[in-house]
Formats: sequence, structure tokens, C-alpha cells
Amino acid sequence: MRPRLWSLIVKELLANWRDRRNRIILLISPMIQVLIFSFAATQEVKNVPLAVLDEDRSVLSRELISRFEASPQFSQVMRLEGVADIAPAIDSREAPAVLHIAQDFSRRLTAGQPVQVQLLLDGRRSNAAQIIQGYTVEIVDRLNAEFARLGSLRGPPSFVVARTWFNPNSDTLWSTVPGLFAVLTTSVGMMVSALSVARERELGSFEQLLVSPLTSLEILAGKAASALVIAVAETTIVMLIAMYVLVVPMEGSMLLLYGSMIVYLLSIIGIGLFISSLSSTQQQAVIGNFMFLAPAILLSGYATPVSNMPDWLQTLTLANPVRHFVVIAKGAFLKDLPIDVIATHLWPLALIAVVTLSAATWLFREKTG
Amino acid sequence: MSEALVRLDGVSKRFDATAAIAEMTTTIMGGGITGLAGPDGAGKTTLLRLILGLLKPDSGTLSVCGRDPISEASEVRDLVAYMPQRFGLYEDLTVLENLSLYADLRAVIGEDRRSAFDRLLTFTSLAPFAGRIAGALSGGMKQKLGLACALIRTPRLLLLDEPTAGVDPVSRRELWRMVRTLTSEGIGVVWSTAYLEEAERCERVLLMNDGRLVYEGTPSEITSRMAGRSFHVRNAGERRRAVLAAAAKMPGVIDGVIQGANVRIVLAAGATPPSAEDFKGLSLEVVPTPPRFEDAFVNLLGSATPAVSRLPTAADPATRSAGPVIEARELTRRYGSFTAADRISFAIGRGEIFGLLGPNGAGKSTTFKMLCGLLRPTSGEARVAGLDVAVQTSAARNRLGYMAQKFSLYGDLSVAQNLEFFAGVYGLTGAGRRRAVERVTDAFGLKRYLDTNAGTLPAGYKQRLALSCAVMHEPPVLFLDEPTSGVDPLTRREFWAHINALVHSGVTVMVTTHFLDEAEYCDRIALIYRGRVIATGSPDDLKASVRTPALSDPTLEDAFIALVEADDQKAVA
Amino acid sequence: MMPLALQSTDRFRRIGALIRKETRQIIRDPSTIVIAVILPLTLLFLFGYGVSFDARRIEIGLVVEDPTPETGSFTASLTNSPLFAARTARDRHNFDSDLVAGRIDGIVILAANFAAQAARGDRAPIQVIVDGSDPNKATLVRNYLQGVWGNWLTQEAIARGERVTVPLTVVPRVWFNPELSSHHYLVPGSIAIILMLIGALLTALVVAREWERGTMEALLATPVGIIDILAGKLIPYFVLGMITMTLATGTALFLFKVPFRGSFAVLALMTAVFLTTALAQGLLISTLTRNQLVAAQSTMISAFLPSFFLSGFVFEIAGMPLSLRIISYAVPARYFVSGLQTLFLAGNVWSVIWPNLAGMAIIASIYITLTASKTKTRLD
Repeated sequence: MRPRLWSLIVKELLANWRDRRNRIILLISPMIQVLIFSFAATQEVKNVPLAVLDEDRSVLSRELISRFEASPQFSQVMRLEGVADIAPAIDSREAPAVLHIAQDFSRRLTAGQPVQVQLLLDGRRSNAAQIIQGYTVEIVDRLNAEFARLGSLRGPPSFVVARTWFNPNSDTLWSTVPGLFAVLTTSVGMMVSALSVARERELGSFEQLLVSPLTSLEILAGKAASALVIAVAETTIVMLIAMYVLVVPMEGSMLLLYGSMIVYLLSIIGIGLFISSLSSTQQQAVIGNFMFLAPAILLSGYATPVSNMPDWLQTLTLANPVRHFVVIAKGAFLKDLPIDVIATHLWPLALIAVVTLSAATWLFREKTG
Repeated sequence: MSEALVRLDGVSKRFDATAAIAEMTTTIMGGGITGLAGPDGAGKTTLLRLILGLLKPDSGTLSVCGRDPISEASEVRDLVAYMPQRFGLYEDLTVLENLSLYADLRAVIGEDRRSAFDRLLTFTSLAPFAGRIAGALSGGMKQKLGLACALIRTPRLLLLDEPTAGVDPVSRRELWRMVRTLTSEGIGVVWSTAYLEEAERCERVLLMNDGRLVYEGTPSEITSRMAGRSFHVRNAGERRRAVLAAAAKMPGVIDGVIQGANVRIVLAAGATPPSAEDFKGLSLEVVPTPPRFEDAFVNLLGSATPAVSRLPTAADPATRSAGPVIEARELTRRYGSFTAADRISFAIGRGEIFGLLGPNGAGKSTTFKMLCGLLRPTSGEARVAGLDVAVQTSAARNRLGYMAQKFSLYGDLSVAQNLEFFAGVYGLTGAGRRRAVERVTDAFGLKRYLDTNAGTLPAGYKQRLALSCAVMHEPPVLFLDEPTSGVDPLTRREFWAHINALVHSGVTVMVTTHFLDEAEYCDRIALIYRGRVIATGSPDDLKASVRTPALSDPTLEDAFIALVEADDQKAVA
Repeated sequence: MMPLALQSTDRFRRIGALIRKETRQIIRDPSTIVIAVILPLTLLFLFGYGVSFDARRIEIGLVVEDPTPETGSFTASLTNSPLFAARTARDRHNFDSDLVAGRIDGIVILAANFAAQAARGDRAPIQVIVDGSDPNKATLVRNYLQGVWGNWLTQEAIARGERVTVPLTVVPRVWFNPELSSHHYLVPGSIAIILMLIGALLTALVVAREWERGTMEALLATPVGIIDILAGKLIPYFVLGMITMTLATGTALFLFKVPFRGSFAVLALMTAVFLTTALAQGLLISTLTRNQLVAAQSTMISAFLPSFFLSGFVFEIAGMPLSLRIISYAVPARYFVSGLQTLFLAGNVWSVIWPNLAGMAIIASIYITLTASKTKTRLD
């Protein structure tokens, strides 16, 4: 049995490698994606313009505005001429926020009375609006400390100082790259395995394989093993790019990462082989692949946190292998996740792998019997 | 009687570096069928596409009904109808919807449309199936529908690209009859074909090779040039394969094929025919026989000597053993209420070539697949080399070789990698694997192509590679599923030389085919129709069974059609 | 030669016949319905339920090193907030591993001299540790805690009878989406991604299928022209796309309760232009590949991925490097996402709609020109 299986694995690897288009899709495409989408997958709000309507036009109001101009978060400060300009500035998305300083700003301040400045925000991106509001409050509060001395008012509330663990400089790449690494591992593993059976079926070599002494278990094992080899190799390349080109730290143990990656890939390959056994053409396999990948990635906590989902959906995501691997991957890069935490994600992955691989075997036999 | 419909003057068309059509000059006339014959890759399809303006010639001038197919494309396409090789039907539309689509596209409306539909549905006998989805039609009916769609507006010129490829003999004959009717109405027809007996029946024939015209004229003229060069070696019987192999090595013999109990040989010009004494110790008779178009084809395009297999053969033909090597016992396969194969039984002895014949969709593929273990029988038993295929699957598969209709190896892998893979799959390792790979590489002359990607091999070599992979592990049983469909006559001869050599050394062969001249190689044939075996016997037996005073010398095709029709009548009665 | 009028009726009949054929195929092919109805609705549900920036609950590990009445009242104000769920411990190390494991979103430490320091200084005597592996959430957690801290100080001051006004306060007003629900902009944005995917995928696949099955060769052998074939493909899938859009809009309005403040006529106009772009991209892909597998893969890579990452639907275009910001202008979904968010939440704001329409129209015309120049009524 061993030489048969070995021949099959060698053949699968060669077939994937010698097809030029396949080489591009499996090898080059993930490398490009990690280099582009690591920078694109950002939720950081920066380079945004701020529009200011200064009806006071005093030294004090200019002082306030200058603080915004000096802030690195805002790319520019646009001056508005009148109240009539506010709505167009926001409506047209020229500025996501408008700071409105009223006429009595300096008069009240010098008189020691409290003043309100209005911040109008564009709710069409409410996440960005909240972050801009945070920036604004911080700038204004820092000024408060100085203004407080002018009159008899109290200083601003003291600042809550936060320390950011795992990513002390809040570097966006540090958070996007590990997630993307998990997603690319998934898509390579899926693509190789989902196309494998369908390709043979479409090209006609499948029956030739079926009349050979290879058992269906051997055929699947050969395909799973070669998909595993390809996915691990490709993932290693992506990981090296992440570590040495994008300079993201690798805090955790490589051994643990690779160990859990293999378990994870087996669960993914099981799904890929299932889809492949179901498809009669490669095109169907690609669509089936997408029908799995899109939901699985959206519900993995890659783009937005799992904890933001409704409870029933959070429970459902426990069956989603991608969710577990996103945690493991982020943990490996940034946190040095301890083994007991990994274990809590690893056993569901192992269970999913057993289920998907058995389902693939069952379906494969069903379809070829 | 007719006018020139197509004129080519020095037309060339290249794809990348290779010339598909080189400097071709010819004229195609109306009012008859012009046969377009030649090996694969000769440029037949390219020529048809050039005529229609689907491809633009690189040089030369081409006129169709007096118009330029490129600048006056829409006028030319109004006058010319075309049926591409892959019928181009919408399989998810019904027969009538397909017809309506082409009627609209060709602006056939109103009364014309109603009469055209009536005429075509009657003509093709598709009227009862007008509401059926095209994908659910049999291969032959699809071709008829394709023809009907092409004929929706009566054209001046009809181009048919291998309309009978993969179609069973019954439908083939009907298609031919239908097209004949058209020519009597004055339509010019170009019929590209891989069947030389079809080309032989055309008024004129264009014989192409490597993008060049090697002959144009009537088939009878070139056939008559072969007069006195064809002979039958009679009464070869059991020894016919040995006789063919011996004849192939005789000087002056350029072609040899098996026809039932006889061997048919063709000589080079001026060669003397072998005498009965040349075949030592056999009571044979060598008698002249009239030449046919195929002889001329082989003479023009083939090598100077017939294909000889370099497969090592035993000195003496293997003796037939007592027990059957392949056995079908009451094999049945049902799909819901439909019975695709109904209690099929037969037994095949060692060293026998057994042919499975039948119209498309009659159950022959189902039976074949159950025998080689690709399909589980609903009931009954399939045994190969004494093993039940459904139970001792892996052991049974180790003893059988399989070659499919479509080229089914790994196109992106090199020839050597394909060979290595199949050797490995059949459990060959180390020195054993090396020897097996070397053996087939030598026997099939694959050495110079070892590093070539299998997908880019010439058609003949693909065939050789597929056979190499199937016999790598020296199986006692070989399953061939339409192994030569879409392959030209020369490659087919070479293929059969190898098969004969294998059988000579004791391999048992089961084959399905639509080529009835190929079925002549079989020792026995089972004719399958509507899921049942309706006749078994040697090719000569089958021919004899339909012999009537009116048809004193029936061909195998005649026998095939007569037997199927007789069964139809029995069903009606 | 036929008179001109007759030629044009022929053309309409041909296009009509091709549209009828395509429509029948759409209705009979279950995979088309899967791609046009099931896939978009599934994706919309996923985007609607699964993708959200709104933290529902922030899990906090609260460390009180020296419990006093002050720390008690602060703990109460933290746990009273519906947003926070806090567990308390005396020792910080109890929570370290929870933060590593992602079981909590942050640790709040009230120092031993909390009460004394709370009254003075500009540094709060509370220490906050957040999880930087999700910087967006880390920022939100910090901002919320700052808010809780400020409120608590104010309450304490009021309790002591002090005047509690600070010189400057920022009064935020969020237009269009005062409840700050990220669903309100994510759902319309996701419609753009979905429409892009299915528009391009369907056309790419069906045209490639005609080449693969040889029906294109049979069509080309008749007097049909390029315009007939392109129109015969575009019109039915355009209609199908509009139906998908109607379904998606209905789902957004009635299931996800996204407000709609623009006019449906403008929505239809915008969708029409965007669909044309998506269909044109699909046509271009299939014209270049003529193969369903390559068409499917190319559509995923060239239509779905850029729309997802570079359209500003979940990710912030402004936060990307300059090169990506420039590339994003070539992504048609960028314009449609912006237009949809505006139409749903803000209304018919022409200063947003016109530039977005123009952007899509330019891209569409580039695709159509390229397709027309690559398509011939010939095979070579």
C-alpha cells in the first residue's frame, strides 16, 4: 500500500506544480494578497479632514483650531464660512466631521463660563465617527487644562492612561497580518483540495484512477496529504513575508503553530474534498469553495470581532474552524498563547477534522460506488 | 449541373508556428457531397471555419458564393449553414426552442417558419420529441437536431464537421440519407469525416494531410488506381492474427486488416502477391478483391509498411484456457424505474477479443462499467480473472488494464511522470518499476517523448501512452472503451497491431466501438440493445444471420442495422 | 441588400430571440438561481448579522487592590453601564491569562491610593490594559472607559456639592445615524459587494460556457452580430441583477431595518449604472478566458477581493497607504458603496451621487470598449 500512496502523492504534487495557472493561483496570488491586503484591511482612522466653522474668530478659537491642525490624526483643517456650509460639507462627504465654534466662545471663556463646542459627525461611517469623536475629546480636554487657569473653573477629568498589550504602538499591520495569514492558509488549503477530485473528473483521468487498485481511502489520503504539503509550504512563505518583509513579531512557539496548523488544515481539507467529491466540474468546485469560504471567513472574527455578533450566531461560530484558527494565528504572532488556551481551540478543530474527513470519505464512496 | 460555391486560391492559415492550412487552392462545387478526409490535425476543421469566415486567412483569396467571408461575413453566413463538430445545441432548451432560436436568428418568420418546422421535424423524425429537452436526446438525435437547426433557412452550402463522430451506425445511416436528400435539392454539402467508407460515397473528395491537399477528385478515380493490389487471405480463422502479423512483415505489403475470418492485405505498386505457401503450414487461399477508398488513403498517407507492434510476443499463441476470464452473470443495473442493463450474461475466454456493440444509450457503457468495477450492479455478478469485481475490488483491479474513450492521462505531467505514476499505482517498485517503464517505453517507441508533457503529444502518441499505462502491470485482462474514437485510420491500425500482439500472448480484451471495421477484429461480438443482449457470435456469424437473397454479402454494418430493426419489430409485435 | 428598416427589425428579432433563449436557460439552470438568489441573500444575512463594529458587551477584569467606598462606587458605575460586564479580583495576575486568551477585552486596575489620587492630578489613578491585537476595539474600550471615568468624577463632585463645570465640552451630534449602528452602513455597503460578485460572476460564467460547449461557434455561424450577442447577454442578466437588488434592498429595509432616505428612482439609476459596470467586467473576463474555471477564479480575484478590501465598505480607505488609496479609485464598488450609504442614510445628495455615477460610468465604458475590441464574430 505504501508505494501506491507515495506515487499518488508525488503525482498530485507534480500535477499542481506543472500547471502554470495553478502555480500562479496557489503560489503567487497569496504572496501578493498578503502584501496588498495587509495594508488594506485597516480600520485605523487617519488622514481624515476636519471642517471648522469658527464664528468667534478670536485668539482663543484660533488656539483651539491650531491644536487640531497640529494633530497627526487629521490631514487638514478646512475653514467654513457660515452655518450654511455645514450641511454641504458633511453631505458631500468632504469632511466626516465639522467642529462648530459659536460666536460667544472667547467671551464666555474669558468670563470664566463653560462653553460648548459642537461636533457634527457623519453617521454614514459610525465607527469612524466614534473614533473621530474620541480624538476630538482628547484634544479639547488637553486644552481644558490650560484654559482652566483663565477662570475659576475646574480642570478636566484626569486622563485614563491605557497600556496596549501585544501591540504597544497599535501598529495596524500587527493586527491585520496574523488574521490575513489565517485566511490565506484557509484559502490555499481549500483551493487545492476542492479542485483535486473535480479536476480529475473533468479531465477524464478519474476513471483511470478508479479502475486502478487504489482504494477510495488511498485516493483521498493521497489527495489530502498533497494538499497538506502544498498548504503548509505556501503558508510558510506567507509567514516569512509577514515576519521579515512586514516585520510582524512572532512571539509564540513555531512548533505549536505548525502543530495546530496541521490539525486545522486537515479540517479544511476535509471540507475541500467534500466539495470536490460533490462537483462534477472544476468551475462548480470553485463556486462551492466560495460558498463555504465567504461565510466561514465573515464569521471567523477576521473582519469584525465575534463578540459583536448576536449570541446565537456566536454559538454557531464554534463549529467554524476558521474562527478557531484566527485565534490561534493571532495568538502565535502576537501573544505567545499558552498551550492550554490553544488546546481549547485545538480539540474543536480536531473534532471538525474527523467529521469533515469522514464526510468526504463517505460522499466520495457514495459518488464512485 | 452545378456551380462553384467556394474558391480557394493559395489560402494559408497559421496558428503560432504551425501551418494549419498551407497554400491551398481548390474549388468546391454545388449539388453534391464533397467529402473532406484526412488524419487528425490535417486542417479539416480549420478549412471549414475559413470558408465561413470564422477564421481569417493569413494569405490567399477565398470566395464563398462570390463573396468575401471576412468583409461580407453576414451575407456569407446567410447563405452558408454550418454544423460544428460539437453540435452547438443548447442542451437545456427543448427541440422546438432550439429550432425557434435559429429561426429567429436567420429571420425565418410567419408562414415560412411554420412550413420549415413541419418540414424539418418530419425530415428528422423529431416531431414526437419536439417538447423534449435537447440534453435528454440520444447522440444521434442531437446530431439530427443540429442538422435541422442548420437547415432552418435552406442554404446554398452546408458545412458539416464530422457529423457522425461518436454516433452509432443506425443514426449514421439516417444522417447520410437525410443529407443525400438535400443534395438532390441542389444544396452543396461539405462533409468532413473520419470514416473512410463515408468519404467513399461522396461525389468528390478532398484528401488533406498536414494542411495540404493531397488529392482532389472522385473517390472512384483514386480507388481505381489501386486495382489489382488488394487481396483476401481466406480461411485464416483462428490463426488470423498470426497471419496478419506475418503478412505485415512480408515485402511489398503496405496494409493489412482483419475482416472476420479473413485477412485483407494491400500491396505496393508492382509487388507480387504472397502465395498460400508463404504462410507455412496453413491451408490458406489468397484471392484478389476489389479495391476500396481506404486502400488509396493508406497508400497515399501511410508509411510504406504496415504497423508492426514491437511488443514482445510468445513464440506460440497462447492456448485458450477452459474457464472464462471475464464473465457477466445476469448483470442488471436500474436507475429508478429505468433498466439500463437487463440480466446480461456472457463469458469470455482467455486470449479472446470480445466486442460490445450497440446504439448510443442502449446499455453498452453501463455493462462495460459494471465489468471493470466503475459501476456497482443492482443485481448479478461481474467476474474478472476469477474474482468478483464488486467484492474483491482491489485484487480484481490489479489484474485489469483500462483505456478510456477520451485521453485520460495527466496532460500537465510528462510522459515519463505518467508512466512512473501508473507503475507506482500498480504497486511496482524499484527495479521492477524501472523494468516495466523501460519495457513499455521501448515497445511503444516513447523514448523521444519522455520529457514532453502528455497533453501536447501528437494524437497517435497519446494513444500509445494511454495503452502503455494500461498494460504497464501486464494485466491478463484489458478493457477498451471506444479506444479509437476520434482517431484517424492510420493510428487505428497501429493501435490494433499492438492489441493483436497482446492477445497473441494471452491477454483477454473487451472493447466497445462504433467503428464496425474495427469490430471485425473481434473474435466474438455481443450486440446490446435496450439493455439486453440481442445477438452474440463472431462477426461472420452475425453477417450470416442476416443474409438474404436481396443482401447476399452483408457487411457488419448491415448486420448491425438489421438486427436492431428486427428487435424493434419484435417489440412492436 | 435589404432595406434598412427591415435590417433593424431583423436585429430586434435576433436580440429578442437571444434574450428569450437566455431567460429560459436562467430559469432552467438551478445553478443560476443559486448564484442570483441564494448566494446574495446568504451573504446579506451574513453581513447583516455577522459583521458589526458595535461592541455589544465589553468584558472587563477589574482589579481592586485596596477596596474603599470610592472604589466601590466606581465599580458600581462601571457595572451599571449596560456595555460593561466586569469581574473583580484583588490581584492583577488573575486576569493576565484571560486577556491573553481573549476572554476579556481589558483589565482595569484601581491603585491602592485610589481615593486620594482621584481628587487631584491629571492622571487618573486607574490603569487600563487593552488587547492590541484588535486596535479598533482597543481604542473603543479606552474611549468608553474615559467616558465612565469622567462621569464618575462628575457624580462624585455633585455628591460633594461641588460645581462641576469644565471650560470646554464637546457636544457631539451624529447625523444620519444617531443610534451609531454600524449595520446601517455595513448592510448597504454589502449590497454593493454582492451585486458586484454575482453580476460579474454570472456573465463571466455564461459566456465562457457558450465557448466551452461550442454553442458560440454555432451562433457565430449565423448572421448575428457582436451587438446582438452582447445585448442578448447583458439585458437578461441586467434584469436578473435588478431583481436581486430589489430582494437585497427589501431585506435591508424590512429585516435589518436600515432607514432609506433617498428616492428609489435614484437608487434604480445608480444600480443600473453599477450593474452595467459589473456585467461589463464579467463580459470582459469571459472574452479573455473563454473557460469557466478561469472565469470563476478570475472573477473572485479581480471582482470580489478588491470590492471587499478596497471599497471602503468595512475597511477605512483613508487609513490605507497612498498607493492603495489611488488603486481604490479603479474599484467600481468604491463608488457604489459610497452612493448606497448616502442614499440609505442621508438621502439624494447630488454632490455625492454625481461623482459616484461618473466614476462608475467611466469604468463601465472602459470595460465595454475593451470587450468590444476583443470580441469578434470570429474565432481567432
